[in-house]
Amino acid sequence: METVIGLEVHAQLLTRSKMFCGCATTFGAVPNSQTCPVCQGMPGVLPVINRRAVEFGITTALALNCRVNPTCRFARKHYYYPDMPKNYQISQYEEPLAEDGSLEIDVDGVSRTIGIQRLHLEEDVGKLLHEGTLETAQASLVDYNRSGVPLMETVSKPDIRSPEEAAAYLKAFRAVLVFLGVSNGNMEEGSLRCDANVSLRPRGSRELGTKVEIKNMNSFRSVRLALEFEVRRQAEALAAGERIVQETRLWDADRGLTRAMRSKEYAHDYRYFPEPDLVPLTIDRAWVAGIRAGLPELPRQRRQRFVTQYGLPPYDAEVLTQSRALAEYFEAAVREFPQPKVVSNWVMSELLRVLPADDEQAIRNLPVTPGRLGGLLALIEDGTISGKIAKDVFEKMLRSGEDARTIVGREGLTQVADEAALGAVIDQVLAQSPKAVLDYKRGKTAAAKALVGQVMKATRGKANPGMVNRLLEEKLSKI
Amino acid sequence: MPGITREDVLHIARLARLELSDPELETMRAQLDSILTYIDRLKVLDVTGVEPTSHAVPLVNVMRDDEVVPSFPQDEMLRNAPDRVGELFRVPRILEDSA
Amino acid sequence: MIGRPIHELTEAYRRGETTPTAATETYLARIAKLDGELGAYLTVTREQALRAAADSDARYRAGKARGPLDGAPLAYKDVLCTRGVVTTCGSRMLEAFVPPYDATAIERLTAVGAVMLGKGNMDEFAMGSSTEHSAFKPTRNPWDLARVPGGSSGGPAAAVAASLAAGGLGTDTGGSIRQPAAFCGVVGLKPTYGRVSRYGLVAFGSSLDHIGPLARDVTDAALLLQAIAGADARDATCLPAPVPDYAATLAQGVKGLRLGLPDEYFIEGMDAEVERAVRAAVDVLRGLGAAVERISLPATPHALATYYVIAPAEASSNLARYDGVKYGLRVAGAKDLVEMSSRTRAAGFGAEVKRRIMLGTYVLSAGYYEAYYGRAQKVRTLVRRDFDAAFGRVDLIVAPVTPNVAFKHGEKEDPLAMYLNDIFAVPADMAGLPAISVPCGFSAAGLPIGLQFIGRALDEASVLRAAYAYEQATPWRERRPSLG
Ligand SMILES: [Mg+2]
Ligand SMILES: [Zn+2]
Repeated sequence: METVIGLEVHAQLLTRSKMFCGCATTFGAVPNSQTCPVCQGMPGVLPVINRRAVEFGITTALALNCRVNPTCRFARKHYYYPDMPKNYQISQYEEPLAEDGSLEIDVDGVSRTIGIQRLHLEEDVGKLLHEGTLETAQASLVDYNRSGVPLMETVSKPDIRSPEEAAAYLKAFRAVLVFLGVSNGNMEEGSLRCDANVSLRPRGSRELGTKVEIKNMNSFRSVRLALEFEVRRQAEALAAGERIVQETRLWDADRGLTRAMRSKEYAHDYRYFPEPDLVPLTIDRAWVAGIRAGLPELPRQRRQRFVTQYGLPPYDAEVLTQSRALAEYFEAAVREFPQPKVVSNWVMSELLRVLPADDEQAIRNLPVTPGRLGGLLALIEDGTISGKIAKDVFEKMLRSGEDARTIVGREGLTQVADEAALGAVIDQVLAQSPKAVLDYKRGKTAAAKALVGQVMKATRGKANPGMVNRLLEEKLSKI
Repeated sequence: MPGITREDVLHIARLARLELSDPELETMRAQLDSILTYIDRLKVLDVTGVEPTSHAVPLVNVMRDDEVVPSFPQDEMLRNAPDRVGELFRVPRILEDSA
Repeated sequence: MIGRPIHELTEAYRRGETTPTAATETYLARIAKLDGELGAYLTVTREQALRAAADSDARYRAGKARGPLDGAPLAYKDVLCTRGVVTTCGSRMLEAFVPPYDATAIERLTAVGAVMLGKGNMDEFAMGSSTEHSAFKPTRNPWDLARVPGGSSGGPAAAVAASLAAGGLGTDTGGSIRQPAAFCGVVGLKPTYGRVSRYGLVAFGSSLDHIGPLARDVTDAALLLQAIAGADARDATCLPAPVPDYAATLAQGVKGLRLGLPDEYFIEGMDAEVERAVRAAVDVLRGLGAAVERISLPATPHALATYYVIAPAEASSNLARYDGVKYGLRVAGAKDLVEMSSRTRAAGFGAEVKRRIMLGTYVLSAGYYEAYYGRAQKVRTLVRRDFDAAFGRVDLIVAPVTPNVAFKHGEKEDPLAMYLNDIFAVPADMAGLPAISVPCGFSAAGLPIGLQFIGRALDEASVLRAAYAYEQATPWRERRPSLG
């Protein structure tokens, strides 16, 4: 049997204000403190479209090679749910913003192209808190702060053939959004949400089997696990001669299974019709061209360029292209210190130790600017400080915002690379460690390491390690 | 003739979240049937090739800048709530069959 | 000064003959005395009115009055949101709803000094043609208390006719300003769709809802429109076109204007007195120098059926929000959310509202959308095309407002019979064109009759100008109902 998966991804857009009103979109505010009559659906109020949300939609559509429709329109989608104040969602239906695009994914070194069916804009709903779980709650509480936050819904074609591909699609999609700066792609906070349609069919068949919709997958891991479970469930059912029922199933992460929602929960008749409170959008060539001109290089292209241009291993290239800010940081640092692999090692080990790769803002505001990182690496390069000291200096730079040279100078961290001074220290260490010297002479080469450690300790880490090794060997051979 | 049945009325009432009493249901059925019969006169018109009009206004691309406007005070937005717990609106059990 | 038009009243303020406070107190006293019988108001905002009047007094004393509406005592249909003042829409559902915002139209009138006397009665959620469908009480026609004032803006129309307000605002989705204006013998103007912001107008049929003045005379209608018209960033369907000075062109006369008289607006079964009065008015216009010609608007017979698809469809959507969750009524004791909402809506909405919600839900539901809503939108195009073609030949269309004069309370029990009352009013709503109702005589029983002018989009100036010419040439505006 062949697995057929299509994904519907909802991403919150990083606008300052909501889709149809001026309320802020900040996450985590006090409940119902970021609402107004418009986003609370009070009588008589009207929506007005946020231009930046439309532009973010066009930007994404272009990055996904979609056709941006010359005219698009909003429609009302009706269903009753208490988190949706008007009991209809302003969304797009017959005339979406964009259609017919594609996204390339890589699974186990093999590239595949997944079709994008459509991309449209809509408004988010509020947040429900259940007294207990949805099943047990005798009452629920509603916070409308999220109501009206701009959402971009992107529907893939049923081109995905395995749960691994689904996870790869979602990762690649998320990287595009984060790179474009249109969404933070945070699944935990719910700013990226994914539903899937899953069906099986005999290999070689062109018809689609009965599809099942899977909801409530709120991490990359749960997407993979839920789809693996569902594919197995359907395969077993079909093998047993059962028929697949078209239904919506919820992923239950605690129990590791998908279960059917009761039919009443999703028996919808959305009664779409064009939103009379909004006028159509006409997106002319000039508008699209302007946005296209401002498009950044996308993560996949950039990753390939990092391998070819800088000779980085593919792993490094992938890590460094997780966000636009990180990739730009790396390239700026390489301009300062043109040893890409050294820079890459520092960024991956030291920078990503303190910051997540996708925290664009923090990376852009990092006190250790690419220039300062370059300066630090130059100090290692010319032997002024050791790599180990440099790590301490990096920490201090993070805290103080000073450059490396200032810190090294003030704190006297310059390497001791004076042969005479270092020789004296070594002589002293040898004199104090007759046992280690003896061990060494008896062939225990490990004893040399202990002696090096003592020299470093005596110089508080400032000794040039190469010189210590050479001098120590010379002196030991003479004993 | 539209031929609206009792079942049609029940289905629509459920979609519209309206509880109808038995007598209301029959009156509603008869009235909808009569109004829809009147509306059905539109079916004699040939509208092939006619563009739909959803707005009488010839406007396009009315948008606002992405600027934050202060939200309304929380207590003003909660003031009309029929039931609330602190700063949240409270609604009865969402699932229909009781636990 | 009671019963005089606003422009005369505020002129008297300027001359120091009376004050906004004196006028407001007199109106409030008249409301206290007569409105028990008339039922024109749902809420009287006495304290607020007196405060606003006192502020206006001070402005006149300081010679800083804000124009011809400063101190004008007005009645606003209760479908317009008023900050801090209960806004019911004539419905149990919103009986206790206090909006934290003003409708743009009201905000603008307040800004030029108008005084709100109170909120006018109406058919629930503006659905009706008689104001019998108010959940609280019916409004009576000041010319004959046994008859309806028309609707859905029956409250403010009756208030103006009975001199319980100097003017007011109504709304018109399918004739709801012009039909009550005709029944009550006042001037009612429905502007071009998008001319006046809908922000704060509780939505009924969003693509058809209009706000407009109800006034003692055409001059007042022009002044009120002047104050409320124009672009509003809070309404994406509000037109950015500049607002001309309507008063400046009022007196230009009809000489040289080409008026079209549509065959389809004189139908079998219409009241002979209405037809006679309208045809007589056309003769007056001819006498004033207008060129009148017969025209045809062939889609007219289909407009009402089209309206009864589109308006209920949009209403079923707009009224979905009244679910007992955020504001308004909530019935107690429901075991779950669906039961709570379904019972709240059953208890909160009256029969007419339920009927339209059901009708609208039906025509939008799966399998029926194309047959009803899709088709209706296309017929709407045909109605617009008729007008476009007509306005290639004529400047204005002149027609009756209603096929009959005010009917008796309880006379139109059959919903369809009630709907047919708006047959001449609905086409202008469908096409979004400006249209006015101006008194053109009385029936033998002493009931007012209205004359309608329909103009090109955004050409309120010509509509007002023709209505003014007719009004000035005839004596109808001087007649008053015998009340109190
Ligand atoms: Mg969606
Ligand atoms: Zn808001």
